[in-house]
Amino acid sequence: MIKLDSKIPGGPIADKWSNYKNSLRLVNPANKKKLEIIVVGTGLAGASAASALGELGYNVKVFCFQDSPRRAHSVAAQGGINAAKNYKNDGDSIYRLFHDMIKGGDYRAREANVYRAAEVSNEVIDHFTALGVPFARDYGGMLDNRSFGGVQVSRTFYAKGQTGQQCLLGTYSSLNRQIAKGRVKMFPRRDMLDVVVIDGKARGIITRNLVTGEIERHGAHAVVLATGGYGTVFYLSTLALGSNATAAWSAHKKGALFANPSFIQIHPTSIPVLNDYQCKLTLMSESLRNDGRVWVPKEKGDKRHPNQIPEGERDYYLERRYPAFGNLVPRDVASRAAKERCDAGYGVGDTGLSVYLDFKDAIAKQGQKAIQDKYGNLFEMYEKITGTNPYTEPMRIYPAGHYTMGGLWVDYNLMTTIAGLYAIGESNFSDHGANRLGASSLMQCSGDGYFILPYTIGHYMSDEIRNPKTDTNHPEFEKAEKEVRDRIDRLIAVNGTQTASSFHKRLGKILWDHCGMFRNAQGLQKGLELLNQLEDEFWKEIKIPGSQEEMNQELEKAIKVADYFEVGRLMIEDALDRNESCGAHFREEYQTEQGEARRDDANYSYVAAWEYQGPGKKPLLHKEPLKFDFVELKERSYK
Amino acid sequence: MDIKLKIWRQKNASTKGRFEDYELKDVSPEMSFLEMLDYLNKQLIEGDKVPVTFEHDCREGICGTCGLYINGRPHGPATHTTTCELHMREFKDGETIIVEPWRSKAFPIIKDLAVDRSAFDKIMHAGGFVNVDTGSAKEANGIPINKRISDRAFDAAVCIGCGACVAACKNSSAMLFVAAKVSQYAMLPQGKVEAADRVQGMVEKMDELGFGYCSNTYACEFDCPKGISVEFIAQMNREFISAKVCSHKDH
Repeated sequence: MIKLDSKIPGGPIADKWSNYKNSLRLVNPANKKKLEIIVVGTGLAGASAASALGELGYNVKVFCFQDSPRRAHSVAAQGGINAAKNYKNDGDSIYRLFHDMIKGGDYRAREANVYRAAEVSNEVIDHFTALGVPFARDYGGMLDNRSFGGVQVSRTFYAKGQTGQQCLLGTYSSLNRQIAKGRVKMFPRRDMLDVVVIDGKARGIITRNLVTGEIERHGAHAVVLATGGYGTVFYLSTLALGSNATAAWSAHKKGALFANPSFIQIHPTSIPVLNDYQCKLTLMSESLRNDGRVWVPKEKGDKRHPNQIPEGERDYYLERRYPAFGNLVPRDVASRAAKERCDAGYGVGDTGLSVYLDFKDAIAKQGQKAIQDKYGNLFEMYEKITGTNPYTEPMRIYPAGHYTMGGLWVDYNLMTTIAGLYAIGESNFSDHGANRLGASSLMQCSGDGYFILPYTIGHYMSDEIRNPKTDTNHPEFEKAEKEVRDRIDRLIAVNGTQTASSFHKRLGKILWDHCGMFRNAQGLQKGLELLNQLEDEFWKEIKIPGSQEEMNQELEKAIKVADYFEVGRLMIEDALDRNESCGAHFREEYQTEQGEARRDDANYSYVAAWEYQGPGKKPLLHKEPLKFDFVELKERSYK
Repeated sequence: MDIKLKIWRQKNASTKGRFEDYELKDVSPEMSFLEMLDYLNKQLIEGDKVPVTFEHDCREGICGTCGLYINGRPHGPATHTTTCELHMREFKDGETIIVEPWRSKAFPIIKDLAVDRSAFDKIMHAGGFVNVDTGSAKEANGIPINKRISDRAFDAAVCIGCGACVAACKNSSAMLFVAAKVSQYAMLPQGKVEAADRVQGMVEKMDELGFGYCSNTYACEFDCPKGISVEFIAQMNREFISAKVCSHKDH
């Protein structure tokens, strides 16, 4: 009997967090030393949480699947990190950042959480700067900003096109400092395969050592998941190949509700698919839309080289359709507009599945050097992958699966529906509604880890001071370990003929075609059917060579793909339930005459939180109604 | 295109490895090097053979996970390119490509082409950070930093920790890796305070972990996928000497 309680504190929006912080119970330093916390994931959220908790004096155990925490996929974020500093004197404020995020998320996020994310954004920038993160600066030595999609101010801090790398290495350094002090113990090369719940409280995890294959038990007083998103469900995505849903999904199966699973962001500017063996799409940062102009030829099927197409024969369709925001419309809008042009026959490249992103005018106006300073590494990356030079001819881009707004349901404390189990960063659902604005992800992850979780978890830990160390011989650990072993045995026993990747690729295509940028009830039903068939085939035909007692990358993949069938099914359920269009969730049945998303606030202004009911059973929907007390609900227009 | 491969196969750290030969047909020049290996592995698995273990993650040149020694060079023949960014158009039809793991005592082999680079993390634990607690930072623009210096610190900070510098060096020296971090912090006011302790701690740890000395061949800079300059090694040497001279630790 799960009852959703978001625990949003009362009072005016600007005072909620500070008043709430003052009301939270504390743990004295001597007691903190006796308490253990597990953090899973070492991206911006996990590494920042682990280091902040270590600084407070807790005993922290941190897990990641990579060989080093420095490789978590936050490292690949390119464009920037938002904060409401108003350094540009252009009218920015915490309220405006909050408002942009609520609107950008198409009014499907929780006001109080979003305001808090905006509120701590300035502290995040201060902290990163103190850690020695080399953000871009102007000639006076002050920090520089640029613009991002969906906003009309410049609030994005950046380090060329490597902002994620620089921020992640900053959090990695603070994590290393705690490891050196012995406050944090690092467990790399581990996949988390289950969470252990004892008497209703999260007490530990089961992991697989990826070098030895050993199944391990780890106990603690609380568990924090910072395991990122599930965008690789599409197979082709901008994510690292190792990114996966398995940890979060195991928590879901143990009772943590999963919210808005169908809210997946399709990023508009990725390098298009170039060959059939491709398993990854490389992102070209949204920041490029500050200076790049998106266009297709006005004539269908125009095969001329882009440089041969005169100005008058180009359709700058974003500028045409959205004059107020132009090339800087939010991601969902830009992605749909690109697909619309390509589907209508105006796409470019061999496949017709791409559009141009052109820097000709910016280079003419600002000079090549200025463009190189801002985006040098991105241009290089583009040239390496495609073999063409974006300084002399336009880039070709196409939308790709990128970021999951959906995730584990959490309350205001960032706690899931399992007591003592927290979810932070991309792994939770809370701050981005139905569409995330660019550069808000690094901001949310670091805010959650450095400045929010360390406060809220203390309140929970204050009740734990009397509890001894968790005994990993408890029957619940026994049971969870056995379940993990059984599942692995079952996978290996199939001994079929096809690889995990080949199944993943086919699953990804089903979801991309039927639960991607455009959805409709009929297509979703069809997708569900195809997915179920493929899942049956998977359990008959999957082939995993080698044994489980060694480094076995095929086994790792198969475990993740098996979960992705279940995640995909929930995505479809969720997309079917939501008979409206909002943000990235675009149901073709619900659109305006101009082809824009049509929300239904009267019936769908809620967070859809799904409860797992067991294998083969329909999940149970819980609704958290969204109340907008501080922002007026409006049609989201960027025209 | 068709290619031949000679790949280092080793079951685990304690068994002896050897080269194995493979022939691969219908390789597309548009494939990345790792997509070519995926393609090989698919054929191996479907033919009931054990696939080649190699490490990779982001596949866009930023996480630093991939690292193969290809035809005698870390990350292969292209300049400023990680293995995952390398494409088959760099190779010729019919060419034989030799693929090895990083070769260094400090990076022991785990399996096939996967090595253990945790020594890099250990060097970082010995001082690769600024001692600042969450919550104690002052307003970011309260520390103005000259743009030239800040940009220079950024140039050092782009290291992805892949280990190519060590693999390229005949002495297996980690000087470029350590110098990049030492220099980044030494240039910035935030890191200056502890610069002397940092450089000593990190260099001592590097020596202890079995990395060799620098003999100025510049192979590290040549093969660094991020183009990090050996000038940072000179800077680290200056930092180290002045730290030793002024050190209270040793007197």
